Amino acid sequence: MGLELYLDLLSQPCRAVYIFAKKNGIPFELRTVDLLKGQHHSDDFAQVNPLKKVPALKDGDFTLAESVAILLYLSRKYETPDHWYPQDLQARARVDEYLAWQHTALRTSCTRTLWQKMMFPVFLGQRVPPEMLASTLAELDRCLQLFEDKFLKDQDFLAGSHISVADLVAITELMHLDLFLCQIFKSRPKLEAWRQRVEAAVGEGLFQEAHAAIMKAKDLPPADAAMKEKLKPFIQLLLQ
Amino acid sequence: MGRGRGVGRAAGRQSQRPPYCVRCPWRREAGLPPTMGLELYLDLLSQPCRAVYIFAKKNSIPFELRTVDLRKGQHLSDAFAQISPLQKVPVLKDGDFTLTESVAILLYMTRKYKVPDHWYPQDLQARARVDEYLAWQHMALRRNCLRALWHKVMLPVFLGEPVSPEMLAATLAELDVTLQVLEDKFLQDKAFLAGPHVSLADLVAITELMHPVGAGCQVFEGRPKLAVWRQRVEAAVGEVLFQEAHEVILKAKHSQPADPTIKQKMMSRVLAMIQ
Repeated sequence: MGLELYLDLLSQPCRAVYIFAKKNGIPFELRTVDLLKGQHHSDDFAQVNPLKKVPALKDGDFTLAESVAILLYLSRKYETPDHWYPQDLQARARVDEYLAWQHTALRTSCTRTLWQKMMFPVFLGQRVPPEMLASTLAELDRCLQLFEDKFLKDQDFLAGSHISVADLVAITELMHLDLFLCQIFKSRPKLEAWRQRVEAAVGEGLFQEAHAAIMKAKDLPPADAAMKEKLKPFIQLLLQ
Repeated sequence: MGRGRGVGRAAGRQSQRPPYCVRCPWRREAGLPPTMGLELYLDLLSQPCRAVYIFAKKNSIPFELRTVDLRKGQHLSDAFAQISPLQKVPVLKDGDFTLTESVAILLYMTRKYKVPDHWYPQDLQARARVDEYLAWQHMALRRNCLRALWHKVMLPVFLGEPVSPEMLAATLAELDVTLQVLEDKFLQDKAFLAGPHVSLADLVAITELMHPVGAGCQVFEGRPKLAVWRQRVEAAVGEVLFQEAHEVILKAKHSQPADPTIKQKMMSRVLAMIQ
């Protein structure tokens, strides 16, 4: 058995791994783990990743969780072009810095915003105190500003003049936010310009393909009671 | 810290520029400005700072220690904002290059100073295990250890904000679940988290676990596997260095109450941090 990637493209980190593998022509078997159907809780999948999360990788007997670890493993094993994870000490440090920061900053802020703007009011019918929502949105705004000012700065990409794994992790996160919540690219020209560069570097076809699942989800009609019940696990997976 | 070494080396070798030159006398004589070697902005109260400190010391990486006293709000000063707009520790400064995030700092030092392989093994799969742990821990062990310290000690003692017994119990229960994952998924039957030798993963993990220990939580009680692993890591690091790095956190419960102005400045950031 060759390389297997256990993914659900509804998940941001899965999209980053998918794009990276496809872009670099890394041969793999796609094993879809349907989060909406709760397949990540199956005993079979627990053999691959006892943390019960996607993405997960299986390479012969070797299994690996965590998208950042998977991206770095793939970049090393398949000797992908240098710009993805540059050899240069400082450029590489910039990628590491972003990959570390995003866990507790952008990712967390995105999740919390989704909870408070969508999950609570729309699907659980629970009112979120306006002050709490305002504080959450302010925090998101702060994260996005930090992203622009401290990480992107005046560069074309996060680590300099070429796309890296940091950009893949970031774009998939921001696409999630943009599609489900607030049109963040529309109101932030610098981010929009970067988004276009990333999409061009990845290739429009692949980029659209990776985001097809969440594009479709976005076009769902407004939820009635039965639909809300059905969509609850979907929202929960967004908050994975 | 690194100062004595840098100057000592520089004095005897005028033709060769020392790698870690700190206010070298020959530069002064030549009318050149002093160069800084590596600077590490740390407060050993913070877990990631301890990991960075231990790693640098253990590998004899010369550095200037710049203490940023978190309890005095020094990280919120304008001066420190010049160093890092994120206003967090640890921060590394290597000449003009500034780097935040302890994982990035550890990896930078690993590569620049060519430390022994076991810290971040060349072997593809062993390295992936380290990466996997370093990624997972941010929102898992790190978060729970931080919350345990703040809910048990720092909020009531340092900030004078009581924490309900229910909240504390919930936090400690979450920590317990995470400790089980640490044992079952990461450590398993290995000597260390990524294999037979100590690595960055163990350093990051142990410094996290000392946070609830500092708060008075009996983290290793009833967990013989983790207790044995802890002893191994402590032995690998060196007991003296380990104790030195943890002196501050072990006294955390005796923190002086925060200055009211500092408290006001810190409050919202603290609440965001432990959310």
